[in-house]
Amino acid sequence: MLVGVSGLGRRTFVNTLCEREVIPPPVAEDPEMAHMVEPMKFNKYETQMIEDGTNIFLTTVDTPGYGDGIDNYSCFTQLQEYIESQFDEVLLEESRIRRNSKYKDNRVHVLLYFLTPTGHGLRELDIEAIKRLGHFVNIILLIGRADTFTTDEIALFKLQVMKDVMTYELPIYNFGWDDESDPETLEENQEIQAIVPFSIVGCDEVVDGDYGSIRVRRYPWGTVEIDNDDMSDFGLLRYILLNSHISDFIDYTNNVLYEEYRTQKLNENKDDESEEEKEEDDEE
Amino acid sequence: MERKFLKRGMNFNIILVGESGMGKTTLVNTIFAGHLVDSQGRRTVQGPQRKTTEIVPTTQVIEENNVTLRLTVVDTPGFGDQTNNEGCWVPVIKYIKDQHAAYLERELKPQRERSINDTRVHACLYFLNPGSKGLRPIDIEVLKRLTEVVNVIPVLAKADSTTVEERAAFKKRIKEELAMQRIQAYPYPSEEDDEEDIALNNKIKELSPFAVVGSENVFNENGAPVRGRRHAWGIINVDNPEHCDFVHLRNFMLRTHLYDLIEVTAQRHYESFRTQQLRQIKEMRAAQAQNATQMAQQQQQIQPGATLFKQQA
Repeated sequence: MLVGVSGLGRRTFVNTLCEREVIPPPVAEDPEMAHMVEPMKFNKYETQMIEDGTNIFLTTVDTPGYGDGIDNYSCFTQLQEYIESQFDEVLLEESRIRRNSKYKDNRVHVLLYFLTPTGHGLRELDIEAIKRLGHFVNIILLIGRADTFTTDEIALFKLQVMKDVMTYELPIYNFGWDDESDPETLEENQEIQAIVPFSIVGCDEVVDGDYGSIRVRRYPWGTVEIDNDDMSDFGLLRYILLNSHISDFIDYTNNVLYEEYRTQKLNENKDDESEEEKEEDDEE
Repeated sequence: MERKFLKRGMNFNIILVGESGMGKTTLVNTIFAGHLVDSQGRRTVQGPQRKTTEIVPTTQVIEENNVTLRLTVVDTPGFGDQTNNEGCWVPVIKYIKDQHAAYLERELKPQRERSINDTRVHACLYFLNPGSKGLRPIDIEVLKRLTEVVNVIPVLAKADSTTVEERAAFKKRIKEELAMQRIQAYPYPSEEDDEEDIALNNKIKELSPFAVVGSENVFNENGAPVRGRRHAWGIINVDNPEHCDFVHLRNFMLRTHLYDLIEVTAQRHYESFRTQQLRQIKEMRAAQAQNATQMAQQQQQIQPGATLFKQQA
């Protein structure tokens, strides 16, 4: 799932990730409609790719309209409802007597949250959103349009963001959550955790470089190479998402986040049921 | 006449409106080539998360082009930073109107000061979001109100992440939307304009909104000092017109249109405010006069009755 205000490069990111146009460019609206607040939408896109021998069926849910209005409070509720409803569907399916063997699991395994490159840490909208959603989905923080920042500024911004995460105790995905993994993996995860938030630059343009075609954004003062690790964390994030940690994200969603949700939901039902029983007893 | 003006120096007041992190403070410091104002944004965790828009004016005397300017920069931290930004423009509009009101009050005094200290806002730099495809709903709400009381100059700061094509598309789109919404940014056409003025204004309209980059850092590029931003892929030179519109914005604000900004504020925005206020006062007085007459009439009706009573007694 992609969440972020418009203009941070969500669509371009996915297209760059999948190396094809998964999300088409938005239809240019009438300039007359600029003042209309567009309600948030949930647009689903499905694509299939082969990564390192594995077949991945990638479903991307884009959320245009998030944070674009004047009053954005309802955005959180809508996101939460969407994610919870995927859990509810699974809960329902699990408790069926006759279960559907072809059931498609729509649970959201990763929420990529695009931060605005302000230079001033997290905004109120970001803090509130992460607080509410972190218990239902793995949240990975990204810096959209990271070519706004110089190298020093990125380092400073990352520091500001992570300080905010600690101070407000924000539940983002912790790469080091599995204490039972071997020390090598643990160390690797700690290194990855130190890179969060990932600075992202996405692009549609391909040019011929020294070693074949490379993806770039061209400016009068220089050219940004998307896949160059010195210039953007895109390559690293792609590897983590589709290769090294893909099963971790799915595992954590299904075995930890979903289980917590399930327990909570069933306890609620039990409380409701026992209250009803008590009322019946009282009446008798 | 001009020499007296130059000697006395003049007030130049600008207000910066835009969300935090849009590059407002850096741009001002770049335009005036000095660290005039501190960023009011939240730089550390302990920094304030503002709940409303605050008004923070800073005044300094500077020399610009052999003119002494008493420059006041008004920052508006907190603007547009909350989850719910309904009404975040109210303190800004109020501040601008209050300056007009203060000037009017001094103008109306029977004994006026020799030269009234002009705190009226002469220019408003409105910062657009570099990512958006065009105007956002909040931009439209605020710009509609701002353009009624002050000269508005829309600016696209932090233009590092926009390519040349993207900027052109963005500028075109913004102009279309402004026209559609009937929002008039500065400069305004005037009957007094001669051919040169018209040509200059057209050039500025062409460039608007100015896509700029600000910096207080100086680098060494090929032996020459360059004000810019150093990225891993190159250095953006603030003063290079092929990199950004900064030079054009600076010339526009501080050279070609400095006097015009001050004059238009007085002749257009202040006058319209003044007319509204005086009309309101007149209407209030008329209403009060009417009330007084009505009360007097009522009194007269009671009186004959009272005299009758007295006579009977």
